[in-house]
Amino acid sequence: MFNSLSDRLGRTIKNLSGQGRLTESNIKDTLREVRMALLEADVALPVVKQFTDSVRNKALGKEVMQSLSPGQALVKVVHDELVVLMGEENSALDLSSQPPAIVLMAGLQGAGKTTTVGKLATFLKERHKKKVMVVSCDIYRPAAIKQLQTVAETAGAAFHPSDAEQQPVSIAREAVQAAKREFADVLLVDTAGRLAVDEQMMAEIKELHDELKPIETLFVVDSMTGQDAANTAKVFGEALPLTGVVLTKTDGDARGGAALSVRMITGKPIKFLGSGEKLDALEPFHPERVASRILDMGDVVSLVEEVEAKVDKTKAERLAKKFKKGKAFDLYDLRDQLEQVEKMGGMQSLMEKMPGAGKMADAMKSGANDKEMAHMIAIINSMTPQERRYPAILKGSRKKRVAAGSGLQVQDVNRLLKQHAQMSKMMKRASKMGMNKMLRGMQGKLPPGMGF
Amino acid sequence: MGLFSFLKKKKNDDAVRDSDGTSDEQLDQKLERTRGRFASGLVNLFTGGSKIDEDLLEELENELITADLGVPVTERVIESLQSRVTPDQSQESDGLRQALRAELINILQPVESPLEIPDSPDPFVILVVGVNGSGKTTTIGKLARQLTDGGQSVMLAAGDTFRAAAVEQLQTWGERNNVTVVAQGSGADSASVIFDALQSAKARNIDVLIADTAGRLHTQDGLMDELRKVKRVMTKLDGNAPHETLIVLDGGTGQNALNQARSFHEAMQLDGMVVTKLDGTAKGGIVFAIAQELGIPLRFIGVGERVEDLRVFQAQEFVDALLAG
Repeated sequence: MFNSLSDRLGRTIKNLSGQGRLTESNIKDTLREVRMALLEADVALPVVKQFTDSVRNKALGKEVMQSLSPGQALVKVVHDELVVLMGEENSALDLSSQPPAIVLMAGLQGAGKTTTVGKLATFLKERHKKKVMVVSCDIYRPAAIKQLQTVAETAGAAFHPSDAEQQPVSIAREAVQAAKREFADVLLVDTAGRLAVDEQMMAEIKELHDELKPIETLFVVDSMTGQDAANTAKVFGEALPLTGVVLTKTDGDARGGAALSVRMITGKPIKFLGSGEKLDALEPFHPERVASRILDMGDVVSLVEEVEAKVDKTKAERLAKKFKKGKAFDLYDLRDQLEQVEKMGGMQSLMEKMPGAGKMADAMKSGANDKEMAHMIAIINSMTPQERRYPAILKGSRKKRVAAGSGLQVQDVNRLLKQHAQMSKMMKRASKMGMNKMLRGMQGKLPPGMGF
Repeated sequence: MGLFSFLKKKKNDDAVRDSDGTSDEQLDQKLERTRGRFASGLVNLFTGGSKIDEDLLEELENELITADLGVPVTERVIESLQSRVTPDQSQESDGLRQALRAELINILQPVESPLEIPDSPDPFVILVVGVNGSGKTTTIGKLARQLTDGGQSVMLAAGDTFRAAAVEQLQTWGERNNVTVVAQGSGADSASVIFDALQSAKARNIDVLIADTAGRLHTQDGLMDELRKVKRVMTKLDGNAPHETLIVLDGGTGQNALNQARSFHEAMQLDGMVVTKLDGTAKGGIVFAIAQELGIPLRFIGVGERVEDLRVFQAQEFVDALLAG
């Protein structure tokens, strides 16, 4: 979601780096561009002002003078400032209270509170082995309680039943008793969506907070929110002692300026990102990474972690061993590689995390894309084991059979074989000259699926 | 007559206005917060008959930006205002204010086009789409109630088979208002639920069928394809269905609402939109950008929790509510 902002800032900074030297006037122009980029990304105006002011002050100071390239210096100033804005560390949930640790959710209608409760329950249960209970204090929206019950069942969390006839505060009180009785480690309390201007509802959630005395009070915000994120965050932040923010729906193409605004105005850390429809689609928030992503400087750290978590190590080792022995890179190996990339969310998602790849990922939409990877896998799957091991035996009639089997054309089979031939050539060279040089050699002619 | 006439009251229609004075007042009240913040800035700009200068225009630009009008629209409005005054010609702020109002109305006027339901033996099908949490189901509930009150027979199709308890949520609305809800339960195929509903609506001579769908981010190609399928399946029963594909946008959404409208329009050829949650501090200024670029008729705005808070959109009223001090 932060991609478009990356593009915009990338362009701005490129313009600047073409100019050799920074002057008062070209800083002004560039800052206006940065300001526009941030506004287009829905960062709230007061936040944008504060940001550009402090970038201006720092850029006009000695930090730029000392630097070799003015462009680099400004990237650094903008980046450092973004990191300051986003907060500097990843904050986990604080559950260090006498059980049950109570987590209260608050936010506008439709921000994603109930879904987030389900995701948090899954996260706490699976990653932290906690016994989780959930309860809904939403007596207003039809079937809200039922929704949480269904979500709780899917997440495998205990559900404390409530009723739309009850008062939210008494639901909360009963739920705490039940959580104690059943020795739950964590009690997640879902609440009705409310507008910041609705005084009655804001009073209600304050009452809930007083009753529950939660150790965590999370403000749930839709990442697509516009300028109003500033107002809303301010009012919720004043009404409740928030401890953190959850940013939802980050899997869309919103530029995510709300993240900056809310972080800045509440002063509270963004703790999680909601990134999909499924209950495991909850990511811890790493401010540094998001700031880097905004600047299109790559998200190498996340990439490495993701690769580690999802790449099948044994298969990778097998491949490495094979190379060492100087054995051929066959179509089985190619398929393994393609499947690994698919597992990591496809080429698109992988590319987005690599430095300078914003434009590349766009380019790939038109050319070699994830669909093509699926085709390649289909072609390989339509071959006999012998063909996979010795692709050289594939001649006219075998190719025709494979094309028919995979629902593609003979040209597609040819293209795959050509790509495979190139790769195995590179692999052979690699075993001679080592991995690093090979990677350099591969740049520019990287066929899909061969990221590493 | 069969027209959606009760929603077509004109502002200058005094007789209607008198009988319905309260709801106009309500809109005024609801938009007052919006207006209050918007206007307080503007009033500061315009009081004392100050002259137009760069600072004034920049402040004005900021106000429009803060209302989520977005950079391109704001620039266009500012340029237009600038073109009305020569640099060395001084002009009273009041003139600028009128110019601003005219410019804003000018942008929204083309999309002021209330939903009209023609008299027809076949059910008029409204398919409701949008991203997660924009207020689709709530809007359907309110619309169903308004249509029923207007004398139409209404049926609802619980096409959101994905989100937990979405079916129950719609059923609750149906029970409250005595409206039949066709459902197959969670996990069913959305297209098939809506197909069944249309069949049943035809058989029972229902006037209006409103179909709910699961919220989906416009970037999820698979889910957008699913929507296309819903539409395709419907046309098997009625070549003209859906008669109205309505997108529901959260008024608090920023510039991304334009992307949403674009993608859904591309996939579904939208006939109308609804902007919800305008009773808070969100200003919904993104409608200006959508009106300019896509020209999709803006049917309703949501200004509160009550049924009557789903209001027919009127450009002049909307802009006046934004600007009036």
